[in-house]
Amino acid sequence: MEVNQMQRSFLEYATVLFREGFLDGQFSQLQMLQDESNPDFVVEVVSLFFEDSQKLLNDLTTTLDQQNVDFKKIDAHIHQLKGSSSSIGAQRVKNACIAFRNFCDQQNLEGCMRCLQHVKQEYLLVKSKLEALLRLEQQIVAAGGAIPVLSEFS
Amino acid sequence: MNLGMKPSSFTTSSNSWKSTDVVLDQFPVGLRVLVVDDDPTCLRILEKMLRNCLYEVTKCNRAEIALRLLRDNRNGYDVVISDVHMPDMDGFKLLEHIGLEMDLPVIMMSADDGKDVVMKGVTHGACDYLIKPVRMEALKNIWQHVVRKKKHEWKDKEYQQSGGSVEEGERQQQKQPSEDVDYSSSANEGNWKNSKKRKDEEDESEDRDDTSSLKKPRVVWSVELHQQFVTAVNQLGIDKAVPKKILELMNVPGLTRENVASHLQKYRLYLRRLSGVSPHQNGFMGPTDAATFGPISSINGFDLQSLAASGQLPPQSLATIQAATLGGGRGATTSKSSSPIPPLVVDQRNIFSFENHPRQQNIINGGKQVNLLHGIPTNMDSKQLVNLHQSAAQSFTNNLSQSNNSLLAHMVQPHPRTHILNNEINGTHHVSVVHGTAYNNSISNPSTTTVDFSSRSQSTELPVNNSFALVSSNSGMSNLTSKLQEEVNSGTRGGFVPNYDVFNDLSQNQNRGAHDWGGLQSSVGSSNIQQRLGGVSSSVLVRPNGFSSNQKSGPLNSSSLTTDNSLSRIKTEKLPDMGFQNGLYHEQFGQEDLMSALLKQQQEGMGSVENEFGFDGGYHLDNLPV
Repeated sequence: MEVNQMQRSFLEYATVLFREGFLDGQFSQLQMLQDESNPDFVVEVVSLFFEDSQKLLNDLTTTLDQQNVDFKKIDAHIHQLKGSSSSIGAQRVKNACIAFRNFCDQQNLEGCMRCLQHVKQEYLLVKSKLEALLRLEQQIVAAGGAIPVLSEFS
Repeated sequence: MNLGMKPSSFTTSSNSWKSTDVVLDQFPVGLRVLVVDDDPTCLRILEKMLRNCLYEVTKCNRAEIALRLLRDNRNGYDVVISDVHMPDMDGFKLLEHIGLEMDLPVIMMSADDGKDVVMKGVTHGACDYLIKPVRMEALKNIWQHVVRKKKHEWKDKEYQQSGGSVEEGERQQQKQPSEDVDYSSSANEGNWKNSKKRKDEEDESEDRDDTSSLKKPRVVWSVELHQQFVTAVNQLGIDKAVPKKILELMNVPGLTRENVASHLQKYRLYLRRLSGVSPHQNGFMGPTDAATFGPISSINGFDLQSLAASGQLPPQSLATIQAATLGGGRGATTSKSSSPIPPLVVDQRNIFSFENHPRQQNIINGGKQVNLLHGIPTNMDSKQLVNLHQSAAQSFTNNLSQSNNSLLAHMVQPHPRTHILNNEINGTHHVSVVHGTAYNNSISNPSTTTVDFSSRSQSTELPVNNSFALVSSNSGMSNLTSKLQEEVNSGTRGGFVPNYDVFNDLSQNQNRGAHDWGGLQSSVGSSNIQQRLGGVSSSVLVRPNGFSSNQKSGPLNSSSLTTDNSLSRIKTEKLPDMGFQNGLYHEQFGQEDLMSALLKQQQEGMGSVENEFGFDGGYHLDNLPV
C-alpha cells in the first residue's frame, strides 16, 4: 500500500474514532506533541495508559469483590482512571468513569459493579482501536511518510 | 539546576545546561518545573508538554520524593505542579509543605473539578488549579506565577537590601540574607526588578531605618530569628505584640520595625490558619514566608503530639498542623503558660481536611513537636473563642480546650473590617474565606466582608478551612456560630489590620465579578447565613471557565454535606476568568467545602440561598479595599 493511501486510511479511521467519541481533542494534542526528538511519544504514552489502566481495572475488580467494599478506595482508583483516560483523550472511558464515580459516591454497590463492567468494556474498545490506529501510523512512518495531523479534532 | 542524585523515581529533563545567564535572557525558557503526579500517563504527558514549552522539567511520582528533591535543592526549582490525589500524600499537604518550607509557587491539578476541591486549592495557597486533561496552553503560562510571586514579595516586604544580595541568582546558594529562592528562579525578571527596587529602597531604607544605618539585606526569617520573634510575641502577649515592642525584645541588630511588622502580619495569618479559626481578613500567609514559621512554640504544656496520641486530637489534624507549622519539625520552644495559643481547630473535618494517613502518624511520632502557634491575635474575643471552642471542641481534650480557649480568644477577633464572613455568607463568603478573610465574620454578623489577602502573594493561604472546620464541627456548632456571631462582630482586637493587598493581588489574575458558584449548595441552616452570604463580596476564587455548573450542579445531596439542614442551592454567577483553569465545581460539595461548612453552622433555617445571597449581578466588592 502506498503512503498516500495509508495516510488516507489513517485519517479516515481517526475521523471515525473522533466522531464516535472514542477519542477527543486531547488525543490530537498528544499527536501534536510528538516530534523528532520524541518520535514514539504517542505510542509511549498510550502504552503507559494501557498498563496503568489494566492495573486500575484489576484493582477495582478486586476491591469491589470484597466483603466490605471500600468505596473510598474505589473512588481513588476511578479518579485516577478518569484522569489518565482524559489525559490521553479516551473520552468514552472518561465518561464511564464519571458515571462510575456517581454510583460510588452513593455507595451503590450494584451500580458500581455495572459501571465497572461498562468502564472495562469501553477500555477494551478504545484499546483495540488505538492499537489499530497506531499500527496504521507505524506503517506510514515505516513507509517513509508523515503522520497526518489531527489538529482539526483538537 | 544541580541535582546531585538521580533516583529512579524521578527524572530530569535536561542536565545542567542552565547557566544563570542563559536563563535570564530567555525567561521563561528554562523555567525549572517540578511535576508530581502518581499517574504515569499524565506525568509523561506533562513532562513532554513542559519540555515543549522549553521548561526544564523534573518529574516524580511521589510526593515524598518531590519534597526531598525540593529540600535538597532549595533553589533548584521555580515552580511546582502537583496532582491533588496521590496515594502517599495528599496534594494539599504537599502544597502546604512547600509553601512553608520553600515558598515556591505551587500549581495544583486534578481531574476533579469539584468546587470544593478547587476551593481547597485556593485556601491552601495554590497559585493555580488546573483541571485535567491539561492542555499545552495552560502550561505555557505557568511562568506568570513565578513572576507574580516574586513581585508580590517585593511589594510586601519592606526592603532593605544591599546591592549585592539581590543580584545573586546563585541557585547553589542556600541561605542568603535576601530571598534567594525568589531571585534565582525568575532570574531575569528578578534582576531588573531587583535593580529597580533596590535603588528605590536604598534611598528609603536609609531614611527610615531606625535601627541601623547600614544597608541591610532583605531579612530572611530564619528559624532562629523566627523563634526569637515568637518568643518576643509571646512575652508581650498577642494583644500587645506590636512591632516596635517585638523589635525591642528581639534585639536583633539590623532588624527594623518594618520587618517585624510584616512578619507579624504573616505570622498572625499563619496562626489563624493553623488553628483553623475563622480566617482573618489577612488570609493566611502560607507560602510567602514558608521557612519562617518553622518553629512554633508549643502551646504551654500542650503537646499536640501527646494529644494526638491520646486520640483526642485527630492524627490527621496533628499531622497537618505539624506539617503546616513545621514542615519539617523544627524544635519548639515552650511558650509561656499565659500565652494564648491558637486553638487547634481540631475538628473532625480537620483543618486541612487531610485524610488520615499512617504517615501522618509517623510524622507525629517523628518527634516533630506539636507546636501550635501561639499568641496570634485573631479576631475573636476570648469569650467568643471560648464559646467557639467549647462548642467545637469535641475532639479537644481539656487542656487543649484550655489552651484553645485562650487561643481561640485570640484567634478569632473579628475585625470590623473583616466581617466578610460574618455577614454575608454567600458565595462571596466562600471567597472571602478563601481569601482568608474573616471567616469569623461570616459566621457572626453580616458585616462587610473584607477580603484581605494581604501578605499573600497571589496564593493566599486562607485559613478558611480551618475556620470552617472549627465552625463546622459536628457538635452543635450552631450555638457556636451564634456566639461567634455576637462576638465576632465585637470588633477587632489587637489591632489587626486587614490588608487587602492580597485581594488586589488575587484580582490581578482573576476577574472580579460574579462568579459562578455552580451548584454551590450548602445546608443553609439559617437565613442569616443566606443574607450574609448574599452580601459577601469577594473576588471569586474560581473562574467558571467552561463551567457549566449552573446547569450541572445537580442536587446537592444532603448527605454529601452532612449537615442537618437541607441543602439549598446557592445561586451561582458566572465568574469571569479567574485565572484558574477551569474553575468550577459542579459536583456536590464535600464537607470540606467552606461554604457548606459555614452554612452548616448557620442552621437557622435558611431558605433558599439564592435569594439571599444577592449574587445577583455579581459580587459586590464593596468592602474590598481595592
